[in-house]
Amino acid sequence: MTEPIRVPTMAEMLASGETPEVLFWVGCAGSFDDRAKKITKAFVRILNAAKVKFAVLGTEESCTGDPARRAGNEFLFQMQAQNNIMVMNGYGVKRIVTACPHCFNTLKNEYPVLGGNYEVMHHTQFINALIKEGRIKVEGGSFKGKRITFHDPCYLGRGNGEYEAPREVLLKLDAALVELKRSKQNGLCCGAGGAQMFKEAEPGKKEVNIERSEEALAASPNIIAAGCPFCNTMLTDGVKHFNKEGEVQVKDVAELIAEASDL
Amino acid sequence: MGISSIVFIVLLVGASWLFARNFMRIRRNILLGRDVTINDRKGERWALMARVALGQSKMVVRPVAGFLHIIVYAGFVIINIEVLEIIIDGVFGTHRVLSFMGGFYDFLIGSFEWLALGVWLACAIFLVRRNIIKLKRFVMKELDGWPRTDANLILFTEIALMSAFLLMNAAEIEAQSRVEPWADTIIHQFPISPVIASVAAFHTLDVSTLMLIERICWWFHIIGILAFLNYLVVSKHLHILLAFPNVWYSSLKPKTEIINMDRVTGEVKSMLDPAVPPPVVAPHTVAGAEMTERFGAKDVFDLSWKQLMDGMTCTECGRCTSVCPANLTGKLLSPRKIMMDTRDRLEEVGKVIDTKGKWEEDGKSLHSRITEEELWACTTCNACTEACPVNIDPVGIIMDMRRYLVMEESKTRPALANMLTNVENNGAPWQMAQADRLKWADPA
Repeated sequence: MTEPIRVPTMAEMLASGETPEVLFWVGCAGSFDDRAKKITKAFVRILNAAKVKFAVLGTEESCTGDPARRAGNEFLFQMQAQNNIMVMNGYGVKRIVTACPHCFNTLKNEYPVLGGNYEVMHHTQFINALIKEGRIKVEGGSFKGKRITFHDPCYLGRGNGEYEAPREVLLKLDAALVELKRSKQNGLCCGAGGAQMFKEAEPGKKEVNIERSEEALAASPNIIAAGCPFCNTMLTDGVKHFNKEGEVQVKDVAELIAEASDL
Repeated sequence: MGISSIVFIVLLVGASWLFARNFMRIRRNILLGRDVTINDRKGERWALMARVALGQSKMVVRPVAGFLHIIVYAGFVIINIEVLEIIIDGVFGTHRVLSFMGGFYDFLIGSFEWLALGVWLACAIFLVRRNIIKLKRFVMKELDGWPRTDANLILFTEIALMSAFLLMNAAEIEAQSRVEPWADTIIHQFPISPVIASVAAFHTLDVSTLMLIERICWWFHIIGILAFLNYLVVSKHLHILLAFPNVWYSSLKPKTEIINMDRVTGEVKSMLDPAVPPPVVAPHTVAGAEMTERFGAKDVFDLSWKQLMDGMTCTECGRCTSVCPANLTGKLLSPRKIMMDTRDRLEEVGKVIDTKGKWEEDGKSLHSRITEEELWACTTCNACTEACPVNIDPVGIIMDMRRYLVMEESKTRPALANMLTNVENNGAPWQMAQADRLKWADPA
């Protein structure tokens, strides 16, 4: 944490005649949510350390439209999508990385039919590639002997079939990776998807995040690893509900890697 | 031609005609849905169908039910080879016409007997799971009434059909051993039926009684199969036929990708660029009634034919509901109920068309059965689509119904209305200014 982070924007890159190798799509949570901003910064530290030539859209970025579409407002989704695509195509964006599985799913799967064709990666896939290419080194020392469990985000796992990248990254930490009872294809939702994050839950006998957190705590981990800012919020709240925030941390994969590499 | 042949032919033709008529009615109902073209990546689709429908790959995710289901499924498919012989015998008045194959014939029937026993036991275990152990997914509210009866009827019928098949063989084996009057027929060696004959004390019966039992079982078996065929069209059991096309036509896209509304794309393009004319929506005729395209789904006509086929294919196993996070935490939503409601509404619409000769508004819709509370409980996590053994997609229907609520009726949840306003005004679901979007990067 010695150096300040460097976050170039697409506009600055263009002005200096440079082309980034990848656009970091920060997303609304990553931009505005206090907890998620830490994930954003951790990921930027990794990008800086790996000397990745990246840029963000900054104030030119706008919601992908995921929650609007899932809340039934197709018009608003498509307005957002058209505007974002215009901005990105204007910059000639080819590759995108994002730390949010919802942005990831929308950019990757739902933008092509509207004219936005990009190679889109989730940050756990990107970090995994950086490690494999030797662009960053991960020392697992501080995590040795710890138990880490990974909660699959629906929009990364079931939605897009990516179960291994986050696990491969976590294995670099030399910690014991324990699986939850319901994991991978059978993973249980945190309760935030489908625009639920932005509304009260419908009447029921329990909150979904409590159900999931209960299961995660049953695996007696030291750390619950997440790969989605919304899952992170839901699980953090769930852990607090059981008064376990002193013993169990909820951390994003990027935060764990940044921490392990002393970034 | 004997009287029995005539009776048989009349039954066979009558039952087949009735089935064909009802099946075409189901086909017509399914095609009330919006037209979509699904014919891409054919190779992948055949492979998917082979794996998921034929190979039962998603059934065995739950090993006990999966294993038992495979026995019943294999039994159903293989034992029906026997039906071929029954039909020839029935039409021409022959007896076991295929037995000229000798040892191979006995091997075939012997295998059928083992399978019949397996099916019998599997169905009995299924009945125990439903009615004695009362597994949660089989005793939920949406199964009250006909769905529960339907499930039990199917299992009892299969047990009865298998019993008839085995008893028929048992009676014949015992009769054979008395030499007369079938001295000229081949003496068969079957594995299960002799045991049944001895347990049922068939040796105490005279030959004419045995022959009567054999005939009764033979007729019961074939009439049972013909009746069952016609039962399919009013039952959840239709899945044995529709599972195959339903998997073939299922989505090959990433599960969380939501299908684009092309008409909205046209509208948005025209809003952003006045030079682009808005899309022209021409009314079209469905079942004799004029319809205009809606935003989202109010009724079955607004869903695609594939979504309606999903409804007709669902066999109410409830694996979707048993993994649904909303349902697990006590919310009203049950993906299985979404499918059952879709099917029931489609059948209701079909009945109106049958009676009136064309579709006439009945003042009801999908929303009469599926409440907003159910629709707004979905997290779109796709646990249901992952769990469905025949690739049914409840999330797509939920999404289309939400679209109707929001875009046609302006009905949403208050917090969602705020979120939508925020996205519209500041490009974020929270009330944060777009100008502050890079503030996280400030060194402070």
